[in-house]
Amino acid sequence: MARGQGAALDRKKLMADPIMVTTIVVLITFLTLFILYPLAILLVDSFVGDGSFGLSIFKRIFAMPSFTRAITNTLKVGFVVGILSSLIGLLFAYVEAYVRLNKFAGGLFKVVSMLPVVSPPFVLSLSMIMLFGKAGIITRFLLGIYDNSVYGYWGIVIVQTLTFFPVCYMMLKGLLKNIDPSLEEAARDMGASRWKVFTSVTLPLMLPGLGNAFLVTFIESIADFANPMIIGGSYDTLATTIYLQITGAYDKAGAAAMAVVLLCITLAMFAVQKYYLEAKTAATLTGKASRARMLIEDKSVKIPLTILCSLGALFVIMMYICVPIGACFPTWGYKFFPLTGKWFSQVFSKYHGLKAFKDSFVLSLIASPITALLSMIISYLVVKRKFKAKGFIEAVSMLAMAVPGTVLGVGYIRGFSGGIFHTGFLQGIYGTGLILIIVFVVRSLPTGTRSGISALRQIDKSIEESAYDMGADSFKVFMTVTLPLIKDSFLSGLVTAFVRSITAISAIILLVTPSYLLITVQINEFAEKGAFSLACAFATILIIITYSAVLLMNLFIKRFGTSKNMKEE
Amino acid sequence: MEKVKKGVRLEHISKIYQDPKTGKEFYAVKDTDLYIEPGSFVTLLGPSGCGKTTTLRMIAGFESPDEGEIYLGDEPINELTPNKRDTAMVFQSYALLPHYNVFDNVAYGLKLRKVPKDEIQERVMKILKLVELEGMEGRMTNQLSGGQQQRVALARALVIEPSVLLFDEPLSNLDAKLRVSMRTEIRRIQQEVGITAIYVTHDQSEAMALSDKIIIMDKGYVAQMGTPQEIYYHPVNEFVADFIGEANFLKGTLKRMDGDLAVLEVEGSECPVAAEGELEKDKVYTVVLRPEAATLADEGGLPCRVVLSCFMGSYQNYHVMVGNTLVKLAEHNPKNKRIYEVGEECRLVFAPDSVHVL
Repeated sequence: MARGQGAALDRKKLMADPIMVTTIVVLITFLTLFILYPLAILLVDSFVGDGSFGLSIFKRIFAMPSFTRAITNTLKVGFVVGILSSLIGLLFAYVEAYVRLNKFAGGLFKVVSMLPVVSPPFVLSLSMIMLFGKAGIITRFLLGIYDNSVYGYWGIVIVQTLTFFPVCYMMLKGLLKNIDPSLEEAARDMGASRWKVFTSVTLPLMLPGLGNAFLVTFIESIADFANPMIIGGSYDTLATTIYLQITGAYDKAGAAAMAVVLLCITLAMFAVQKYYLEAKTAATLTGKASRARMLIEDKSVKIPLTILCSLGALFVIMMYICVPIGACFPTWGYKFFPLTGKWFSQVFSKYHGLKAFKDSFVLSLIASPITALLSMIISYLVVKRKFKAKGFIEAVSMLAMAVPGTVLGVGYIRGFSGGIFHTGFLQGIYGTGLILIIVFVVRSLPTGTRSGISALRQIDKSIEESAYDMGADSFKVFMTVTLPLIKDSFLSGLVTAFVRSITAISAIILLVTPSYLLITVQINEFAEKGAFSLACAFATILIIITYSAVLLMNLFIKRFGTSKNMKEE
Repeated sequence: MEKVKKGVRLEHISKIYQDPKTGKEFYAVKDTDLYIEPGSFVTLLGPSGCGKTTTLRMIAGFESPDEGEIYLGDEPINELTPNKRDTAMVFQSYALLPHYNVFDNVAYGLKLRKVPKDEIQERVMKILKLVELEGMEGRMTNQLSGGQQQRVALARALVIEPSVLLFDEPLSNLDAKLRVSMRTEIRRIQQEVGITAIYVTHDQSEAMALSDKIIIMDKGYVAQMGTPQEIYYHPVNEFVADFIGEANFLKGTLKRMDGDLAVLEVEGSECPVAAEGELEKDKVYTVVLRPEAATLADEGGLPCRVVLSCFMGSYQNYHVMVGNTLVKLAEHNPKNKRIYEVGEECRLVFAPDSVHVL
């Protein structure tokens, strides 16, 4: 059978649409240049870094005990964090989906799921040190323990678990809500106890989803840079080792090879998660719940579960609250009262706070509309159009999800400091604000694309087809139909991109030059120096900014977003 | 509408798809030739997967044919994108733009064509009147009932005055009663406007009620094209006979010709039927017998035994066994007729010209 003519006609129709073709070409160039190329150059550098092609650099780095230790450290942390986060996430999700919660507990759950979104990813390390460290409020001043060390393996594990479990909770909650209650009712009806129903029906259905949550957290944990940096102490993970290799040992080829190793680990995990588990999850949980679930009212189940989760949630909230309070202590570790605002004023008077916030704010503000628009265009192309390069665009934008920030940072250093392929071409962007903006965009693109794709999948294909059929070209269809219909998703993509950019650290810490002061880098620096009050002051202001951004978005969506009754369609 | 009416011609059109599970390629539409006359209402009818929607979408331009050429009037349109084709489609899901009100939905195509504002106003209102939606122009589409939404979709397609109107199972989301009234509506409007219409459906009564011509499709092929009467009374094969209306199939061997009548031996008894064309002696033929074309009697015809007898109100439903063949019958107006009970032996009687020999 010859499908030649159909394909040729499809191509001709595409070519008749210059805006579409230009968009695709620009997209492909962008993705190739800023995602594929930096990764490719890492491979090139690590194989031919010292003039000859071969494994010599890999041999060298694998001979370093610090590097091999970092690999085992990273995997150990990732594994434990993955398991703990998915279990705690499952507990929270189960309680929310199955137990009738009172208003207070329900509110706690909401706050817990919200906090990691609006806060920089490493504030928990700060509060961990302040609460449980050597001079910690709880350890030293409440319990009188003077030699408690939070630095190291357990410090990272606890902090990362507390940071990442809300993500698992949100993922698993969605899945649990999709389980048809009549399955469980059928099991109950046949005489299974509630526990038996959980172990024989609910849990097996959730297994792929749990695996998925585990791997997502695993990847996040491996890629995390700031927490191990602040609370790791001498316990180095791959991300921090690579950073030190480049900033401390100036061994760029070595760092590139290390980055390749880290990338390989995350890519493998990502491949399993994406192609094996996601498919399985979808296969076991296809059905929509036919009707609402009968919530558990039984006090012997309800009370202990509610208390357990509420305590956990309160603990997490306390950790976050510790940050603004910590910023108000006069002298950390010695004098807690009276609370003072001096650190906040010092942020601005002594430590160029205004510039830091301005730089971070402006760069993120520029990056976020670009990200939001790009991700909506990519999702539109992926979901609604068919053309040859579509697979490439989808794959590369998803690939960016699996690339740890540190790897990307090293790739940009190697790829752009001497221009493209060290030829000097495009060298000009290195060290400028532009490259920071590009990093912001690339780092938040996958999340935006993912939410865009799921929003677009909900829209009946024929709505756009009808506009197309009425005589609108692709550009018109996108502007008058697609974009208005996914306005909510676009707006939240805008804010997510902003929040992610302003709280990002792992890639940009490698790329930022003294001409730009970024808040997250400042926080990291002060935390490294032990100036926790200043770090907290910076972090507090940052949280206020991100939280207001989210609040503003919610207001905006409520006011101008897609009207409610339209969605009920 | 002072436009020249245009027909649609499909020449050797094929479309190949890939089975997502097995990866095997197959023909969704195979080597199809069609000519749809200007101003006529033609229905593509067939079971799901027969290629009818694919054919329609190729005419609209959403799919590109792998073989062959499509003409609108005399112009080949293979290379035109949907927005450049002079066709307008009414979708199964209505596909109204949910962020626009009724007026803006209908005006959408005109705005794209840069029609002056007051002309848009005038044309939209005229079309809304035609589809009986006056006074609704300010409503959002989700405030309309299914039937009203369908009228908006129809108005939106009509207002741009396309050469061809395409319908993709437009009534399948409506309830049964509304479906019947909407289809008369569609036929009325089509005749009023005089536009060429191609209509896809799997509902045979819809096809019968609407069409000048019906095209029956099966597994990517055109099985038969003809007026509703031709297709009902003279189906070309068992598939068509079975798909349109109910059909019983009796197998019989030709014994002899008796004038215009062919005498077949069916289940051991002789049975004269009207023959069209030349039939060969001793060959087995299939006779298509419609349920309403036969009746039960005490003598004459073929011997049979009643296995089901069921009162349906306007008719009595019988299943009878003629030898080993099950025949379903609908005896209309049963009030004053003798009702045969299950187990009774009787005769199956039909006129020789009320059946069709395949």
